[in-house]
Amino acid sequence: MSQEMTGSEIVLRALVDQGVDTVFGYPGGAVLPIYDALHVQNSIRHILVRQEGGAVHAAEGYARSTGKVGVVLVTSGPGATNAVTGLTDALMDSVPVVCLTGQVPTHLIGNDAFQEADTTGITRPCTKHNYLVKDIDGLARTVHEAFYVARSGRPGPVVIDLPKDILQGKGSYTPPSVNGHRSYKPKRKGDIDRIEEAAAAMAQAERPLFYCGGGVINAGPKASHLLTELVKLTGFPCTLTLMGLGALPASSKQFLGMVGMHGTYESNLAMHHCDLMINIGARFDDRVTGKLDEFAPHSKKIHVDIDPSSINKNVRADIPIVGDAAHVIEDLTKVWKARQYRADRKKLDAWWAQIDEWRGRDCLKYQSSDTLIKPQYALERLRELTKGRDDVFITTEVGQHQMWAAQFLPFEKPNHWMTSGGLGTMGYGLPAAMGVQVAHPDALVIDVAGEASVLMNIQEMSTVAQYRLPVKIFILNNEYMGMVRQWQELLHGGRYSESYMDSLPDFVKLAESFGAVGLRAEKPADVDGVIEEMIAVDKAVIADILVDKAENCFPMIPSGAAHHKMLLGPDDQADNPISEEGMVLV
Amino acid sequence: MTERHVIAVLVDNEPGVLARVIGLFSGRGYNIESLTVSEVDAEAGLSRINVVTIGTPMIIEQIKNQLDRLVPVHSVRDLTEEGPHVETELALLKVAGQGDKRVEALRIADIFGAKVDDTTLESFIFRLDGQTEKIDRFIGLMKPLGLVEVARTGAVAISRGQEGI
Ligand SMILES: Cc1cc2nc3c(=O)[nH]c(=O)nc-3n(C[C@H](O)[C@H](O)[C@H](O)COP(=O)(O)OP(=O)(O)OC[C@H]3O[C@@H](n4cnc5c(N)ncnc54)[C@H](O)[C@@H]3O)c2cc1C
Ligand SMILES: Cc1ncc(C[n+]2csc(CCOP(=O)(O)OP(=O)(O)O)c2C)c(N)n1
Ligand SMILES: [Mg+2]
Repeated sequence: MSQEMTGSEIVLRALVDQGVDTVFGYPGGAVLPIYDALHVQNSIRHILVRQEGGAVHAAEGYARSTGKVGVVLVTSGPGATNAVTGLTDALMDSVPVVCLTGQVPTHLIGNDAFQEADTTGITRPCTKHNYLVKDIDGLARTVHEAFYVARSGRPGPVVIDLPKDILQGKGSYTPPSVNGHRSYKPKRKGDIDRIEEAAAAMAQAERPLFYCGGGVINAGPKASHLLTELVKLTGFPCTLTLMGLGALPASSKQFLGMVGMHGTYESNLAMHHCDLMINIGARFDDRVTGKLDEFAPHSKKIHVDIDPSSINKNVRADIPIVGDAAHVIEDLTKVWKARQYRADRKKLDAWWAQIDEWRGRDCLKYQSSDTLIKPQYALERLRELTKGRDDVFITTEVGQHQMWAAQFLPFEKPNHWMTSGGLGTMGYGLPAAMGVQVAHPDALVIDVAGEASVLMNIQEMSTVAQYRLPVKIFILNNEYMGMVRQWQELLHGGRYSESYMDSLPDFVKLAESFGAVGLRAEKPADVDGVIEEMIAVDKAVIADILVDKAENCFPMIPSGAAHHKMLLGPDDQADNPISEEGMVLV
Repeated sequence: MTERHVIAVLVDNEPGVLARVIGLFSGRGYNIESLTVSEVDAEAGLSRINVVTIGTPMIIEQIKNQLDRLVPVHSVRDLTEEGPHVETELALLKVAGQGDKRVEALRIADIFGAKVDDTTLESFIFRLDGQTEKIDRFIGLMKPLGLVEVARTGAVAISRGQEGI
């Protein structure tokens, strides 16, 4: 019989055995026993955030940039409810997070006790799984299982609700077990017959296209490496989703840019006209497919996904393959080589000639200006002035700036780009950047922000100050909820209802008040200097880049439209009123 | 286009598991025609949920995949798709009345093979098992004869042959 420990000690011991070195959290009555146990150990570092929502996003940033599970610790009631947005965000974007929540003692559960909330009830639909621990003997096993569930298969957030009497009670510790889970056993190897079928289809394709997403990132850096090889080997073009950026180096000549609503002209037209779509780890999101019944109408579809529920959800797959992206790409490559498959050079050349013609439209070009800072220009300068560094991590908030960052910044490697895609959570970028910086203390971590979004978690500047995290907040300040304003122009006759950001703070002074450096660029000539200084100072920086307030983000496929109905610039926007059907969509 | 499917789900008998399944149906807008749950293996701690649902083939496939990825779910079987199976449901009906109607109710109950579980001078409680639509028909006939109350279990089903779930 192993020695007796308190529940709190068991929790911390289990975290250590799961390889946890950092926890993002905020204390309160129900979790005081854990905080007390944290106080007397050195294995785990606790980062005190300023709001629990920030803790979850920080854990997401930590997880996305390391491939490890991010860990959160919050108190009962309001602590847990504040975490709900972050949990939903992690669920939508398949980020592995374990969130420990305090709970009132077991005998008070259901009594409307002080700071009681039905945490497992509230978080059931926004977690991959959750637990309420009612018995100290199951505590260690539950923590180990939570980590297993969070990271295996399609990753996601897991909540463990911990009543205070369990934390204070005594029990014994059980180490992680090597036995598999009794019911949750995701399939990793893809069915080899299907993979053979897929390779044969690839060899016969005339207009093939790889369409890859976050699943390749989730499968670890090896998957991106294997994908890059396979793309090279076949000579096929490849497009990536917002969540997949970095899975293939942006510098690859075979990369067509991002696909979808704000994706490139060449990517979307290639999607529309391809005869074989090879989807690896992407989920046919509506931001990508546009109008479903006109989506890629001439194509046969291979769909590789570790989660069977992603397959045939929105779009029917002709060759479905359930399995881990890394395993499947590896097997697909083996088959391709073993059978000595080769693309039909003439047909593939013709396809590339067509793609190059689309590329010739130069869809990301914008009207430059000598007097106004174009947001695209600011990002181009950021790209140039960070060129050659391989330690740049970009996080974003949500809005136009996010899309421009996706379009204009070069992602050469996986795990260096963290953005809120599925939920689109404003306020994600700053805390996520903290999480990234904690995991990579010497890296250059930049939150490409909008002035509206960054205010949603601006309290985290205080966390940044406390831990001396040198994160750079690069605000493309257009004094508008730009994305909202753009939709109001498109859908509501330019009536800017409540989308103007009045009474903004002075971001330079705001930075200074938190001990950070505040910088401002007002005209194009200021931009380089501001970026250089932002990078040079070994401190947190808020760079307030005052950009053109009227700029809109193109290309854009209006909601409810098909891929070839893309708007390439302001003139297209004026000429193409949105259908009524499209109006009801988001 | 839509089809009716009987799905059997074997789950860990733990708190919250039914809420997960029901939450999945309501959250994703799937239909539940009926749902029953009961422990079937106390030693292994397993319960069986029998769900009858209606949807297009694509939705039915989604439902099964969504159920299967819930952590405490051990297996999901689509009995409708898998072939021959026995399906049954139990209903209790209270029918109140006197005179001709009372006689007629008893006569029809006899034709349907319903049992009389209880009687007073003014009422019967009938018990009937069988296919859902047989019970629907019986209820339809009892309505004009003084039907007061119905309690139904929802369908349970099991596949034919020697294989288990
Ligand atoms: C303002 C705004 C605009 C947007 N515009 C666009 C846009 O123009 N283009 C765009 O692409 N997105 C856009 N998005 C993002 C969009 O909403 C979706 O989040 C995104 O398209 C989903 O990416 P994904 O398909 O790669 O799937 P993810 O959400 O990354 O899902 C990953 C998929 O891979 C699977 N998977 C997980 N792990 C593995 C593994 N190990 N092996 C195999 N499969 C695995 C999962 O089961 C899942 O199906 C926008 C978001 C916002 C907020
Ligand atoms: C929490 C939250 N609330 C509302 C929205 C809707 N929304 C999407 S983009 C946006 C405006 C963002 O403005 P800003 O951060 O300034 O970015 P910009 O589009 O101007 O670059 C809003 C309100 C959201 N995505 N998240
Ligand atoms: Mg803005």
